[in-house]
Amino acid sequence: MEVSHRSRQRTRERIIAGVLLASGLISILVTAGIVFALASETVGFFRLVSLKQFLTDPKWTPMFDPAHYGILSLLAGTTIIAVGSALVAVPLGLATAIYLSEYAPDRLRRVLKPVLELLAGIPTVVYGYFALTFVTPLLQKLIPSLDVFNALSAFITVGIMITPLISSMSEDAMLAVPRSLREAAYALGATRLEVAVKVVLPAAFSGVVASVILAVSRAVGETMIVALAAGSTPKLSLNPLQSIQTMTGFIAQVSQGDLEAGSAAYKAIYTVGMSLFATTLGLNLFAKWLTRRFQRGGRL
Amino acid sequence: MTTESRAAGAFAIEHLNLHYGTHQALHNVSMEIGARAVTAIIGPSGCGKSTLLRCLNRMNDLVPGCRIEGEIRFGGEDIYAPGVDPMEVRYRIGMVFQKPNPFPKSIYENVAFGPRINGHQGALDEIVERSLRRAALWDEVKDRLRESALSLSGGQQQRLCIARALAVEPEVILMDEPCSALDPISTGHVEELMSELKRDYTIVLVTHNMQQAARVADVTAFFLSGHLVEIDQTNVIFATPREQRTEDYITGRFG
Repeated sequence: MEVSHRSRQRTRERIIAGVLLASGLISILVTAGIVFALASETVGFFRLVSLKQFLTDPKWTPMFDPAHYGILSLLAGTTIIAVGSALVAVPLGLATAIYLSEYAPDRLRRVLKPVLELLAGIPTVVYGYFALTFVTPLLQKLIPSLDVFNALSAFITVGIMITPLISSMSEDAMLAVPRSLREAAYALGATRLEVAVKVVLPAAFSGVVASVILAVSRAVGETMIVALAAGSTPKLSLNPLQSIQTMTGFIAQVSQGDLEAGSAAYKAIYTVGMSLFATTLGLNLFAKWLTRRFQRGGRL
Repeated sequence: MTTESRAAGAFAIEHLNLHYGTHQALHNVSMEIGARAVTAIIGPSGCGKSTLLRCLNRMNDLVPGCRIEGEIRFGGEDIYAPGVDPMEVRYRIGMVFQKPNPFPKSIYENVAFGPRINGHQGALDEIVERSLRRAALWDEVKDRLRESALSLSGGQQQRLCIARALAVEPEVILMDEPCSALDPISTGHVEELMSELKRDYTIVLVTHNMQQAARVADVTAFFLSGHLVEIDQTNVIFATPREQRTEDYITGRFG
């Protein structure tokens, strides 16, 4: 009796472990499938277009004749959006996180934080429309030469969109810093700001970096806002006052039209997707490396 | 007020009442703490001894809902007078905590932290070395100052925290059960250090451990539920206390 109960339990444990393993495997398999699809089309693309042209051609005009396939123009667009939005979101997000974790009274924090997190729930198409119809006209009053479609308005809006990601995750990381470290600093005569900036922020560094990288990855992958507000003109330039196109913007624009399957332009979509994937992967690896370095590193 | 309590490095506490919200943690405490001596504060858990210690460098200011009445004079000046900067108070009155709490930075940066934030200009190497020597840690760490402080043992970390407190040249070191997380050998090191440091500093020691108070303290104060029961020379407290409650506590009849 006892033995058969035990063995039933064991079988059940094995089944549960199997189910859990299977759910883990599904996400791995799906990812592998996506990477495989991207990679095989990318290989096909490079049969038609040389890697040299892809990496050095200053123009990206896959739909025109003569077609040019220089990823640099799209990369420039993505870079403007990613760097620009980070310039907006990192100071704003960190200041918010510092305020929430070190200054705000408990009651205020409990109200403010969910409200901020609501910002992350707004659909990006709404943000895009907001950029086009509110931010751009406002900016045009300040900079009359600004194009209707421009990167500046897009990255400011993307920056606003990703600010809660940074503030919320950074604040979690900062709240996790033990109270004893804050007390040690206060006992040495530190001010609130010194405690926040010199003790809490460095101690929460890996969490803060993770939040920034996650937010920047989000900016790199952001499609709707840039498609609506930044236009669709690939340019090898870092001038944010003009219309640009990002990697995601290209994919969104071209996927809607009818493209001959198997054509170079069609394969270009996958190749751009692959480049996008490589960019975010690179960002994540960089974040890992940075946090490890800081955790080990003495000087900080 | 006696001349003793007006001396640099000495405290005079008068009619101190402290409330956390509606709970009163200290009741009308009046006592003096002499300069360049070890004063131990003993008593059962929750008797207010740590709370009292934290009044001496205004750490209780950081606790929401904490209200303080009465006076604490340090070297003759009321540290709770309006216009007194609590940062300045904490700068002059150092503190070592119950659990070693080094910053997750290098050994060197831990010691240099205080001087840096207090606007020290010039060479820090000398201050770092001197502080580590005074905390009897220099020989063990001099070849790895750039390593993380977290790589040290618990006893070493606590001496590092003492060095960090010494680096800002305070007049007082408040110690809140500094050995409760340490093994007996590390405890021995820290106790030796206290006897060494009292030549230059006023030391106020909160401890659970009565043997420790008997070993290192010149004066011992006994607290019970927020009241100061008795304060006297340590040998008097332990040999011939005036109060029955003190005797009950130190002979282990309760607490």
